Amino acid sequence: MGSLVLDVAVARAGFELVVKHELELDGITAVYGPSAAGKTSLLRVIAGLEEHARGLVEFEGTVWQRGDERVPAHKRGVGYVFQDGRLFTHLTVEGNLRFAQRHAGRRASSMATKVSLDSVVGELDLAALLPRRPGSLSGGEQQRVAIGRALLTSPRLLLMDEPLSSLDVGRKREIAPLIERLPRTFGVPVLYVTHNVDEVARLASDMLLLKAGRIVASGRVADVLERLDLDDLGGAQDAGAVLHVRVESGRGEAAALRLKEQVLHVPAARAAPGTPLRIRIHARDVALGTERPRGLSIRNVLQARILRIDADEPTHADVLLEVDGQHLRSRITREALEELGLAVGKPVFALIKSVALESTSLF
Amino acid sequence: MAELELGPVWLSLKLAAVTVIVLLLIATPLAWWLAFTRRRARVIVEAIVALPLVLPPTVLGFYLLILLGPAGGIGHFWATVTNSTLTFSFAGLVVASVIYSFPFAVQPLQTAFEGVGREPLEAAATLGATPFEAFLRVASPAALRGYVSALVLSFAHTLGEFGVVLMVGGNIPGRTKVISIAVYEHVETLEYAQAHVLAAGLLGFSFVVLVCVYALNRRVPSVVRP
Repeated sequence: MGSLVLDVAVARAGFELVVKHELELDGITAVYGPSAAGKTSLLRVIAGLEEHARGLVEFEGTVWQRGDERVPAHKRGVGYVFQDGRLFTHLTVEGNLRFAQRHAGRRASSMATKVSLDSVVGELDLAALLPRRPGSLSGGEQQRVAIGRALLTSPRLLLMDEPLSSLDVGRKREIAPLIERLPRTFGVPVLYVTHNVDEVARLASDMLLLKAGRIVASGRVADVLERLDLDDLGGAQDAGAVLHVRVESGRGEAAALRLKEQVLHVPAARAAPGTPLRIRIHARDVALGTERPRGLSIRNVLQARILRIDADEPTHADVLLEVDGQHLRSRITREALEELGLAVGKPVFALIKSVALESTSLF
Repeated sequence: MAELELGPVWLSLKLAAVTVIVLLLIATPLAWWLAFTRRRARVIVEAIVALPLVLPPTVLGFYLLILLGPAGGIGHFWATVTNSTLTFSFAGLVVASVIYSFPFAVQPLQTAFEGVGREPLEAAATLGATPFEAFLRVASPAALRGYVSALVLSFAHTLGEFGVVLMVGGNIPGRTKVISIAVYEHVETLEYAQAHVLAAGLLGFSFVVLVCVYALNRRVPSVVRP
């Protein structure tokens, strides 16, 4: 846990980032926004890599920058996982890890104990990679090594810049759980930059929304995502909502995710029974009915209540629903809205395809 | 077959070796600065570094002679500190050679450092490495080819110089009479046999060194790119 105080401005040709914000960092905090919103610049300011930054950066009471006086990057105790890994190609994987251990050994750390090579190698499954050269590793392996290398500095704060963006879905599924566990396993808060809203929902507990160099929203992920205008979410196609669920006993390939009273069925769970999960359900994957449907291939039918109807668009309407105390979004046509006679406060049934859960929310 | 005069040979090798050491010490930080600075002054410095490439050796030698002479700034300072003159001495030759071969050391290093780029250095900084450690343990291994090129080119260039050496050093056996000048003197006095021995020796030596270096350079693993 750590408090981060930012009151900084970065001005470069054709780009401006102005951030005045106080953050309580605990677990994973996503920095989300469209490309060129200044997400990477914000991370670089915090890491001490941004030459053009002016203002105040303070972490856990330590001033990292005041005006244009900066504590240099190597003295901050910040771990940084770059989008492209940036492993040292003249060293083996083990050489890369030991480089971090060796240089960070001297600097102050809030951690009571230093992160050990064994714990990182074990947690990130790096043993087989140790003698290899970074050039011979796959993208996913490189990112695992890069994460391990950053952890070995025993950082007070771990910054991750789109670590999954260059990976295919299979590799994402493999690495996402590792990232999710980092704050608890290594006791370090994580700031996680991404432009993928599914990653935000999957990994983060809190989030910042950055647009055109300004923070336009911040808070718990479910709250922020729900409050957002649709075009903030990288295009209307991406609109949706986040549900907090808990994995129930998986029956073979199929598994059940419990909300409170009701249960969602998915083709396969990626976590053990009892694990809490956040899943994101796209509004376009949720259909509505006024009575419980029969003879339908859709298996997930949730009882819901209409909280709000946004019908500004000529073709479709967005319906905000309440399901077991949580929020869900549905996108339906204007015709359906009128035919079904939907109105705020009415009980409805939300129909969600299990396949939609598999392909979007779980990567 | 004429007898091989070893004096000029040893002197040339010694001059080249000392020059290369001094050059690497001076050129490395300058090349680093040129590779990474964002200042506009960089263009001016680059032009100054490249001047010896385009100036006739006699022009360079003429100014150096004035500068290094007892009345010149550097020469005067040297005279008061060491109680000897810089012109027509080995030390003066080293100074002249360093300046003359400067671009041959700076440019390969600068190119190599630019090839390494800021990215690995930033990564090193976030891993707790000081800028000097990042230079030593990240940039330098990655820029190894640049060091090899700088070393070979400035060594070979120093061995082969003539005009500047003649202007600044003259032709004093054992002190400033290097191979190129010895060859010139032999040709002037029509001692072609002796000239052949030295000229062919320098030719052969240069060729062998270059072959060795290129062969070695090939075996250096490509560390700049993955």
